[in-house]
Amino acid sequence: MKQRRWISTVTALSVSIPFALSVSAQQDTQKEIERYRQLLADGNPAELLEMRGEELWKQKRGPKNATLEACDLGLGAGKIGGVNAVLPRYFADVDRVMDLESRIVHCQVTLQGFTQAELTKRPYSLTVGERQTDHEALTAYVVGQSRGAAVNVPQAHAKERESFARGEKMFYYKGGPYDFACATCHSVDGQRIRLQDLPNFQKADNAQRAFTTWPAYRVSQGAMRTMQWRLYDCFRQQRFPELAFLSQASIDLITYMGVKAKDGKMDSPAIKR
Amino acid sequence: MNLQRRTTLKTGGSLALIAAAVSAGVLPTSAFAQWNKNAFDAKNLNDVVKAMGGATAEKSNDIAITAPDIAENGAVVPIAVASKLANVESIAILVEKNPNSLAATFDIPAGTEPNVGTRVKMGQSSNVHAVVKAGGKYYVATKEVKVTLGGCGG
Amino acid sequence: MSDPMRIRAQLKDGGVTEVRVLMAHIMETGLRKDASGATVPAHFIQSITATHGSKTVLNAQFGPAVSQNPVMNFSFKGGAKGDKVTVSWTDNKGAKRSDEATIA
Repeated sequence: MKQRRWISTVTALSVSIPFALSVSAQQDTQKEIERYRQLLADGNPAELLEMRGEELWKQKRGPKNATLEACDLGLGAGKIGGVNAVLPRYFADVDRVMDLESRIVHCQVTLQGFTQAELTKRPYSLTVGERQTDHEALTAYVVGQSRGAAVNVPQAHAKERESFARGEKMFYYKGGPYDFACATCHSVDGQRIRLQDLPNFQKADNAQRAFTTWPAYRVSQGAMRTMQWRLYDCFRQQRFPELAFLSQASIDLITYMGVKAKDGKMDSPAIKR
Repeated sequence: MNLQRRTTLKTGGSLALIAAAVSAGVLPTSAFAQWNKNAFDAKNLNDVVKAMGGATAEKSNDIAITAPDIAENGAVVPIAVASKLANVESIAILVEKNPNSLAATFDIPAGTEPNVGTRVKMGQSSNVHAVVKAGGKYYVATKEVKVTLGGCGG
Repeated sequence: MSDPMRIRAQLKDGGVTEVRVLMAHIMETGLRKDASGATVPAHFIQSITATHGSKTVLNAQFGPAVSQNPVMNFSFKGGAKGDKVTVSWTDNKGAKRSDEATIA
């Protein structure tokens, strides 16, 4: 209880939880919330975005008037099934580790002739009711092709191990006005914000559940959010400096989480509160 | 206002022609159904039932509402309604404490199961009513849904 | 511009076709205020029609309390694998959308 109160305070989300009266009442609440989540899973509006993304993927676009169908996301040109379960990974053509979203942008630059600057200027739809961006649609389509694939983020290449090590370091790095790290909330059991249980990344099942269910359609925002957005928003809630879209820091954190989530089954885009 | 009705009347020629087309099953009748503004503007169960053409709704155990006891987010509350009543003509879903009670109505033609589902916004914890019109009469079942986060802003 | 619907129609035991529809729509209530304090006008799907061949299998009316990106599930008798189910909607601003699915 002490831990939970503390967390509500630091995150300034101290909404009263009228149901948290007793342990049994709390368990009933958890059970009902679980049932609510199951009811939601049966019909995920992210599928609408996947459809739009597929159309975009196969459409000739950009100065080079090309589709993205030849994009190499790590399993060979044109292969998208299961890629999200094995990313981030090292790509020889750029001599660095890239996550899925970086690679999608990379393909739009190399295959279609868009500029990196125009593609990264506004990657997320952030205002209420705004149409989801092309980046979000493309990401939705590609990750949807990895449903059921087992997470196996590679660590064979030296740069992949370096990415993990940097990600781990960042995960434990304490800072910001509240002086806390990702690990402060995400490496202990029983933490939650309002009714959302926070995953403890020291436990494989927790890490798997978190990693395999992003991107996700957020019913509270009426929009699908990508993994890059998820981390961007974590940094914002931590009062850290803004996490730049596709930055090495963002990729390294995704590598860290992906390695921790090994053998989980991809199930995204998921649907969340 | 119903834009579709206006354009249809303009382009479709005479009313008789349209009526003929409808009765022949060429055009779906819904193209001519007015959106029931009075029902959607109503503030409570009784007024909704009146706006739909009934007097009162009788409580029924033959209507099942499937909804969570607690919804994590009021912006999206899954509600399904099934009825065992004979000759179901329509099903309506109402949220008592919303600014306007009526969320959705479904006409059930012969051959369609009296079993529909959608998702609604709830501004706060409230009773949810399912109003079923069957054999010309109106029936109602009620279930309380608690909302931990209101669906009209949060 | 409205995005296509996602419609799944599946023949179940007992000759009942189960239809699940996802619609892309903002479903703006008309009660929300934007950052400048101005009320955002209502914008929502009002009428939906589903047809199987020439037969209407469902008519629905929505108010603004239906959730954003609406979901609608229903089932009907008389469908066969390979048949088409068409779903159409119109909203309060006069926009329309019609999509179809094949019963699987």
